Amino acid sequence: MTDATAGPRPNSDAGGKDKPSGPMLAADGTSLKSSLARSMRRQKIKALLLVAPLLIFIMITFIIPIGQMLFRSVENQIVSDTLPRTVVALDSWDAESGDPPSQAVFAAMARDMVVATELNNHTSLGSRLNYETTGLSSLFRQAGREVDDFGEDHTDAFEEIDPLWVEPATWVTMFASDNWVEAHAEWAERAEAAGFGFDELPPPFEFSEGVQEPLPRTSAMFADFARVLRVEDEETPAEEEPWNIVYLSLYEDLAADPSAPSAYDGETRALLEEALAITDTMGPFDYQAAFEEIDEDWLGYDLWSTIQTFSPSYTPGYFLASIDRQLTPDGVEVVDDDRKIYGTLFLRTMVMSLMITFSCILLGYPVAWLLANLPMRTANVLMILVLLPFWTSLLVRTSAWKVLLQQQGVINDLLVWLGLVNDASRLALINNQTGTIIAMTHILLPFMILPLYSVMKTVPPSYLRAAKSLGATNWTAFWRVYFPQSVPGIGAGSILVFILSIGYYITPEIVGGTKGVFISNRIAYHISSSLNWGLAAALGSILLALVLVLYWLYDRIVGIDNVNLGG
Amino acid sequence: MADTANESSFVAFERVQKSYDGENLVVKDLNLAMPKGEFLTMLGPSGSGKTTCLMMLAGFETATHGEIKLDGRPINNIPPHKRGIGMVFQNYALFPHMTVAENLAFPLEVRKIGKSDREKKITRALDMVEMGNFGGRRPAQLSGGQQQRIALARALVFEPELVLMDEPLGALDKQLRETLQFEITNLAHRLGITVVYVTHDQTEALTMSDRVAVFDDGRIQQLAPPDQLYESPENSFVAQFIGENNTLEGVIKEVKGDTCIVQLDSGDVIDAKPVNVSKAGERTKVSIRPERVEYNKDRLQEGAHTLKAEVMEFIYMGDIFRTRLKVAGKEDFVMKTRNAPDQVRLTPGSQIEIGWLPDDCRALDA
Repeated sequence: MTDATAGPRPNSDAGGKDKPSGPMLAADGTSLKSSLARSMRRQKIKALLLVAPLLIFIMITFIIPIGQMLFRSVENQIVSDTLPRTVVALDSWDAESGDPPSQAVFAAMARDMVVATELNNHTSLGSRLNYETTGLSSLFRQAGREVDDFGEDHTDAFEEIDPLWVEPATWVTMFASDNWVEAHAEWAERAEAAGFGFDELPPPFEFSEGVQEPLPRTSAMFADFARVLRVEDEETPAEEEPWNIVYLSLYEDLAADPSAPSAYDGETRALLEEALAITDTMGPFDYQAAFEEIDEDWLGYDLWSTIQTFSPSYTPGYFLASIDRQLTPDGVEVVDDDRKIYGTLFLRTMVMSLMITFSCILLGYPVAWLLANLPMRTANVLMILVLLPFWTSLLVRTSAWKVLLQQQGVINDLLVWLGLVNDASRLALINNQTGTIIAMTHILLPFMILPLYSVMKTVPPSYLRAAKSLGATNWTAFWRVYFPQSVPGIGAGSILVFILSIGYYITPEIVGGTKGVFISNRIAYHISSSLNWGLAAALGSILLALVLVLYWLYDRIVGIDNVNLGG
Repeated sequence: MADTANESSFVAFERVQKSYDGENLVVKDLNLAMPKGEFLTMLGPSGSGKTTCLMMLAGFETATHGEIKLDGRPINNIPPHKRGIGMVFQNYALFPHMTVAENLAFPLEVRKIGKSDREKKITRALDMVEMGNFGGRRPAQLSGGQQQRIALARALVFEPELVLMDEPLGALDKQLRETLQFEITNLAHRLGITVVYVTHDQTEALTMSDRVAVFDDGRIQQLAPPDQLYESPENSFVAQFIGENNTLEGVIKEVKGDTCIVQLDSGDVIDAKPVNVSKAGERTKVSIRPERVEYNKDRLQEGAHTLKAEVMEFIYMGDIFRTRLKVAGKEDFVMKTRNAPDQVRLTPGSQIEIGWLPDDCRALDA
């Protein structure tokens, strides 16, 4: 019986011809399928365990960072995190009206700024918004220095009514719950006992019941005050006089609702009723004017429209910037010509990568052919020469090119000496695109030669002989018979070289000057110098997408089956 | 030995030598002449120079010395693509990126033959090897035998007068090989083409060829039709190489006309036919084909010497019996007898007497 699929069939005793009814059974009567699965499970688990370390490594060092990069390119929570009140208040502002926003927006901004300044967040927000509109960074920096003085007069007025108002204890009595007071006392005791080096955070502030409703502004601001104090200074409201803006909030609460003190049910009720008198002596605080006094740009259109445009948590802004576009309240606009760089850079990166790939094919093909066809011993020597660059530091090789290619360098000297080039008109071979192409072709050449070689090695010489015996000239035999069979090698080498060069950084940085740099150099600049990581992430994402699209195109046109990395 | 070229020969090697390293000759003084339409096989062990000769004829190797002539004109300096010689390779060498039809079209295209002509010739060539329906396939989709047929069709499609085949059936299984052997010879004779065929398989050489050139050590040891080669080997290499052979070593006692008496190293004396021995006292290897050994005395010549033999082993092989004997001190002496109704089946250990016709026992060089 030669039928390979015929396993043991307990129920058939008539020989191989009749089919068993139902599923195929293993010798012990269980289903053959489950028995097969059982026998394979061990192997599968073993295989999984073998790849697991690599899988985990790749997840941690590759997949997750790429995911983070993609996320960072759209993430924009800094605005809504730093300016929560302003973002909400600004929602109703109509940018197209051209008017500055209302007092409420400025009031919200003042509160957000006080918190941000205390937390030192305002500068990073300034830098973020500065990517979109220049000048905002200094505006925020400046305001940060002055915004804590807003409402100073009101604080003084409260103090005048009763000096108790500048006592931290008054505020604690007014707002804190018994629980908190107790917890705080215990914490203070522990701090006392431990002395220097005590690093336990004070207990988070708790309001006592019913105190927040009558004084909504004050309690909200006081909550922020307590929170910032706790995380920034590891202190509590029991030891610190509140910010001016808390007093201002209290003034506004009292002014807005004179019945608030009577609604308040607590020890400081009398103090509050007494403080009501302040509404007679002090007028409301003019936030807009205060900001204008810091810098009149605070009333300008740019600032508020930028904040409004970039208030959502996710933004296409970085991607738009990557393609020389800009998000404005009026929609997407092309940036001014003098600020357009990324389109040119992307195009240049692609074109130069193509040129490098092409030069690699041109230079690598004959070498690979020699390698594949020379006797073993000679081929090995040649192979070492091909691999030699691999064993030299990339930086050293690139620097060597700098020495060779510069105007007073070896190559120019040689050309002048040979009389091919006039001494006065030495060739500019470096710090431009020529330099990048020359150096990168040299560096990436092995990546072209190796796949080509391994493919050519598999083409038996008898094909060429056959072609010649059939009447083909050397050239025809090469072009019609040999070359088509080496195309998979060219494909593999080209993909390798192109993808490597499109993301290359060090070499263009060193020999590229300004005209010969790639998009990756710009990405590196944003990562390490301008610290605009969002834009760097967006540029990187576009680069990644470009490579994938090209890979897909290649698959459609040439076919990925036509790629052979050897074997 | 190898015959010398004459005016009428189609392919001629004249005193051809080949060396790869400048120290050793791979081909030593080769002389060979082939008439048109002959099927000649170069047979020999690997390293004997037969493939080198073929490559020199095809133009892929240059002769270090001597001249190769095709149809009367020297071709030493003609590049391979201008020689117009069809060639079939051991690994078929079908271009993998072309379909079967494109493979066949290739030699026609490079010869600038028009499309309609081309198609006619391709169809005819494919029909010739009975592969008419396979034009659209790729070589990888064909079996080994089919690929070899296509390779053959491709070598023939441009109607060369000379076709070279370099162990074309080496990679195929036995049954397919036999079928194709038959087809190739048929085709060659039908088309009247001259074929030089290289193989190391002697059965192939014997069944296919008009003449066989046995190569060894860079020389043609014997060039003869298959039957002559088998029955009248001219030296002990050929006798050993072609077919199964029993060898007994000894010294010539006496030569008289076309028989001689040989005293074997064991002391036994036998009759033999002197082939390349001339005088008494010379050492010789006596060659006897297993099927020519007789133990039935009735069939031996009057007065012929016989030898005592002990049966070592008896193997039943269906159509024949193969008996291993101990003769003159050697235990590997083989006798083949036909499975006839009256044939005796010998038992190991029994003592018999064997002998042979002196004509079948050839005294060759030692």
